Amino acid sequence: MNFTLAKIRSFSTSPVANVQQDANGDAMTIVNVENVYKAFGTQQVLNGVSLTVKPGETRAVLGRSGTGKSVLLRLIVGLQAPDSGTVRVFGQNIAGLSIDQLGPIRKRMGFLFQHAALYDSLNVAENVAFPLRRHRADMARSEQNDRVRLVLSEVGMEDHAAKMPADLSGGMQKRIGLARALVLNPELLLLDEPTAGLDPMGSAEINDLILKLQQEHQMAFIVVTHDMHSARTIANRLTLLNKGCVVIDGSFEELQDSSIEFVREFLQHS
Amino acid sequence: MPIFTPLGEFTNDFFQWFGSLGIFAWNIARSACTRPFEGRELVRQLDEVGSKSLPLVALAGSAIGVVLAMQARQSLTQFGAKSLFPSAIVYSVVQEMGPIITGLVVSGRVGAGIGAELASMKVSEQIDALEVSAVSPYGFLAAPRILACILMMPLLTVAADFCALLMGWFANALSEPMSLHRFIDSGFSGATLSTFLPPTFKTAVFGLIVGLISCFQGMTTTGGAEGVGRAATKSVVLASLFVILADVVLVKFILVVFPL
Repeated sequence: MNFTLAKIRSFSTSPVANVQQDANGDAMTIVNVENVYKAFGTQQVLNGVSLTVKPGETRAVLGRSGTGKSVLLRLIVGLQAPDSGTVRVFGQNIAGLSIDQLGPIRKRMGFLFQHAALYDSLNVAENVAFPLRRHRADMARSEQNDRVRLVLSEVGMEDHAAKMPADLSGGMQKRIGLARALVLNPELLLLDEPTAGLDPMGSAEINDLILKLQQEHQMAFIVVTHDMHSARTIANRLTLLNKGCVVIDGSFEELQDSSIEFVREFLQHS
Repeated sequence: MPIFTPLGEFTNDFFQWFGSLGIFAWNIARSACTRPFEGRELVRQLDEVGSKSLPLVALAGSAIGVVLAMQARQSLTQFGAKSLFPSAIVYSVVQEMGPIITGLVVSGRVGAGIGAELASMKVSEQIDALEVSAVSPYGFLAAPRILACILMMPLLTVAADFCALLMGWFANALSEPMSLHRFIDSGFSGATLSTFLPPTFKTAVFGLIVGLISCFQGMTTTGGAEGVGRAATKSVVLASLFVILADVVLVKFILVVFPL
């Protein structure tokens, strides 16, 4: 992949410097999840989960299947509401906000779904252009097209612009999903299993892209993954969930040094 | 008593379904009145609902016209009222058969299509992806489809009426020659605008029912491929049922407001 991130940086929907600062001038958290509980019927999925994400930070959320990792992402993006606890994104409590009220917050986020969730009636270029067409009416059509080409080249898919999603492999769909998430130049990128289903080279390319975006753009990431290698490569901080609870929250070294049995077991099997 | 538990659950589900449908309709009404208006999507849906349903509606209308002509001719002859044949065909087609057949045909074709399409988008997270992109799925997906159903249903009804009358005359002319001019003249004698407009425009309500129920079933489905199939089936069954029930109410309403 050819990463021309200086070009990505030159495009902005909302200034990254817009992140709130506290009285000492320190950057405040972009995401602040506090003591969140969520159940579906009788099944308690999240049990008092708390975590924070600061600008430029990449946080990996790890855990076994069914521990509520994807639900946590859906709470942060406002697709679901917590039963109790607060979810603050860009300083605003998003619980109870309507779709219209969530709009300005969501424009500052990108979301890569586990199965990409591309619009199957639109081709690749139209999929990537969709957020631009909706939210950047101030941009000329030629500028929008240039932006789409640029983002597609970032994910190595510039030669597939005219294809329909059904004609692409799972890995290619994921790259297009990532391009669509990046096209508005978000301040926060939420990735649900970005390397699942990809071959080792594809995984490495996605990891490299995330690293470069993080380093050169100060974009914050929350990455839900099973892939410990990927988490170790891209994340500053890791959160390990088990049965809806945070088992440990720290750097990879802190996980390695942990004496908690579940952590040791998880690392051993990863 | 054990019998009360299923009854209670059914009652609970029944009111929950109506409550959810009401909230869904309110969200669509709000989104439909908020910018940006989805003009391009509306035009696409007008084509999808209107021109693509036209052949089916025309065929159903023609068949109804032929059947009505055969039945009415025999019955009226038996009672010595053959001279009333053109009026019987015109009034029964325009006032009831055309609208209800159009409503049922559209609820089958369009209801299943919308239900399956939106359910497929729901289970593949495309609707979530729209929402995450700060685009209201109510305004972008549901409102244009419902509006297209409301606008196209009366036009399709006119087409069904036209085909039914034409084929009714043709079927009759095969056994007893009668000019089309005479058939029309005799059939429409004594008719006024209020004879034809209310029954035709009542189908806009059918359109609202078909669009709303199929969008609701599609956008609230759960599960994978099974959920898509379930949504399509429920869309057709419920839309057809509510079209028939609405027809009962609307016929009474029209008879009260526009007496013959």
